[in-house]
Amino acid sequence: MSALNPIALEQGLQSCHGCGLLSRPAAGAEEGRCPRCDEDLHFRKPKSLERTLAYLMAAAACYIPANLLPVMVTNTAGGSESDTIMQGVVLLWSPTGWPLSLIVLFASIMIPSAKILALLYLVITVKRGSIKNNSQRVRMYRMVEIIGRWSMVDVFVDTFTVALIQLQPLMSVEPGPGLLFFAAVVVLTMLAVESFDPRLIWDSANANEIQNEVTNA
Amino acid sequence: MPDNEKTFPPVPAAKTVPKKRTRLSLVWVIPIVAAAAGVWIAVTKILEQGPEITIVFSSADGLEANKTKINYNGLNVGVLTAIRLMEDHKRVIATAQMNPKAKDFLVKDTQFWVVKPRMSGLNISGLGTLISGYYIGVQLGQSKESEHSFTALESPPLSDNIPGRIFTLKTSELGSLGEGTPIFFRKLEAGQVVSYELDKGGKFLNVKIFVQAPYDQYVNPDTRFWNASGVDLSLSASGLRVQTESVMSILAGGIAFETPASDAPLSPADAGAEFNLFSDRTEAFRPPSRNPHTYVIVFKQSVRGLEVGAPVFVNGINIGEVTAINPQFDAQKVEFTVPVTITIDAARYGVKFLNLPEGEDAAASNQRVINAMIAHGLRAQLKTGNLLSGALYVAMDLHPDASPVTLDWSQNPVQLPAMPGQIEAVEDTALNLLKSLDTTLGSVRGTLTNADKVLGDAGTFIAPNSMFNSQLDNLLQQGGGAAKALRVLADYLERHPESLIHGKSGEAKP
Repeated sequence: MSALNPIALEQGLQSCHGCGLLSRPAAGAEEGRCPRCDEDLHFRKPKSLERTLAYLMAAAACYIPANLLPVMVTNTAGGSESDTIMQGVVLLWSPTGWPLSLIVLFASIMIPSAKILALLYLVITVKRGSIKNNSQRVRMYRMVEIIGRWSMVDVFVDTFTVALIQLQPLMSVEPGPGLLFFAAVVVLTMLAVESFDPRLIWDSANANEIQNEVTNA
Repeated sequence: MPDNEKTFPPVPAAKTVPKKRTRLSLVWVIPIVAAAAGVWIAVTKILEQGPEITIVFSSADGLEANKTKINYNGLNVGVLTAIRLMEDHKRVIATAQMNPKAKDFLVKDTQFWVVKPRMSGLNISGLGTLISGYYIGVQLGQSKESEHSFTALESPPLSDNIPGRIFTLKTSELGSLGEGTPIFFRKLEAGQVVSYELDKGGKFLNVKIFVQAPYDQYVNPDTRFWNASGVDLSLSASGLRVQTESVMSILAGGIAFETPASDAPLSPADAGAEFNLFSDRTEAFRPPSRNPHTYVIVFKQSVRGLEVGAPVFVNGINIGEVTAINPQFDAQKVEFTVPVTITIDAARYGVKFLNLPEGEDAAASNQRVINAMIAHGLRAQLKTGNLLSGALYVAMDLHPDASPVTLDWSQNPVQLPAMPGQIEAVEDTALNLLKSLDTTLGSVRGTLTNADKVLGDAGTFIAPNSMFNSQLDNLLQQGGGAAKALRVLADYLERHPESLIHGKSGEAKP
């Protein structure tokens, strides 16, 4: 494989994360800076798997209160009512409103959990040095990267509603504590995606010593 | 350096252990913080949760899980979390999550009820629930015993905060009374009807009333309660009298109470004491029966207009009332007879007995008196008490020429002799009266026509520009002149009184 696709790492070259410029590492120092865009240069993202795992665990920890706590508290003259995300899905579910309900269900409940699970799968397979389905796994990583940010839609909708519906004393909407955790889930999964280096997927296919060298670096 | 190596005995070289990467990356702070936040939220959630209770309601109408709140004095102390049908499919049982601070509420006699808009009488309450939806009201119990399952009241209890007492009134019918019907004391609103329920026997109703302080101290065992609903119209010798407690009681009904004046002040009645609810004030203040005797009088004439409760008069004094009318038909004689049962209780109606022989048995004394009166010709008759309504009453009058009768005292009740027909005579008289009234009216009409004519003449007589009028004018003018002359004469005489004797002399020299 390495014969067919020469890898920068094997050649002792570093590729810049920012501009992609290939450069020789500074003599005597492992970490230098990109001569073109002044970005820090690494062979691979530092502590990629460890950081990704940490972010994932944080996201998973936040995912539970995000779904159990109310995200929106509606105060009407009659009293206040707090809804969790799932209650919102149930509330929206009607013969005409079911597409909306599905959007909320996908964007707010399934995508964050799918993201966490997918990244966890990637981290585990890379750690175990799996060489199967490499292109599938990279595709999965890209999907996660692209689709993940759309979970933030829920947070935006909630904040807009809170800002717009302030008809004191008739009616007002306040963000619930769940919203904070939900936003944390979205941000943390995005950070996890960011800290994961997809090149690690391919590195597993290379010789073990190189692998060790990379992870030790 | 090489010398050193030689001089020292061979020593094992220090092991070089590759530096272990023990330092955890800082990034792990993030999941730790996240987990800590999650745990903290969970702990506070659990701490926030108070005890869970169940409340049984007769209906889940207006109740919603996770929405219906439990409020104490307007403060939220819990929320219903689940509502489901009970096993008997008749009532609903609701699970409620109470606030941890509401622990003190959960005692045996704490009461729950649904607060919803209520209109009773003229009182409207719970209007706020029209917007906010129903909520559960709580009244704190006094008991020390802890309890976690309750049965909700059908209607709100009276607040403990208002001092006063609850009494029970017994009545045969509810009339226009209802929850919230006001109670009046001397036309002041003194309380209200709390609830009512049918007695177990179904014969009468128990109406629970709440008389608030300070009026409750005027309720003593002798207090009379009566239904003050509507207007009391009474026509008496002094004219038409309208009596009502208040405009409110006309619209919504009411109960009034009063305590008859008594010599010895009675101690206030105990809370929960029972009273009779009378239909009106007169009924309420009628003296209680003292020494009633029941008799029966058999009438053979029409008893149309005679009702149970009709008075019995002796010499125009009310001494009793009709208690039953039981018509009979004798198939052998082919005739209707109407035995009318009356109760005579002279003492009740304020008749004072004088010269009663002392030491005599009351029954024997009564028998002797009745016998003597019958011997003197006491007979019962039906008389019309009210010409308009045709209501009859039983009149017991002395008819000395009546044929003698002996009473059979072995019977119970004893039959008193009756005298037939007085009504027909009365009717005849009334008819004659009406007839003569008719002829009188005819002549009155003629007289009126004549009077009319005379008045018409008089009208033309004194009309302006008529002969009479101008003559009258002249007459009055002349009269005025005469009066003036008289005044001149009087003046002159005052100044010259001697002129009466000497004549008018000083005319020449004024």
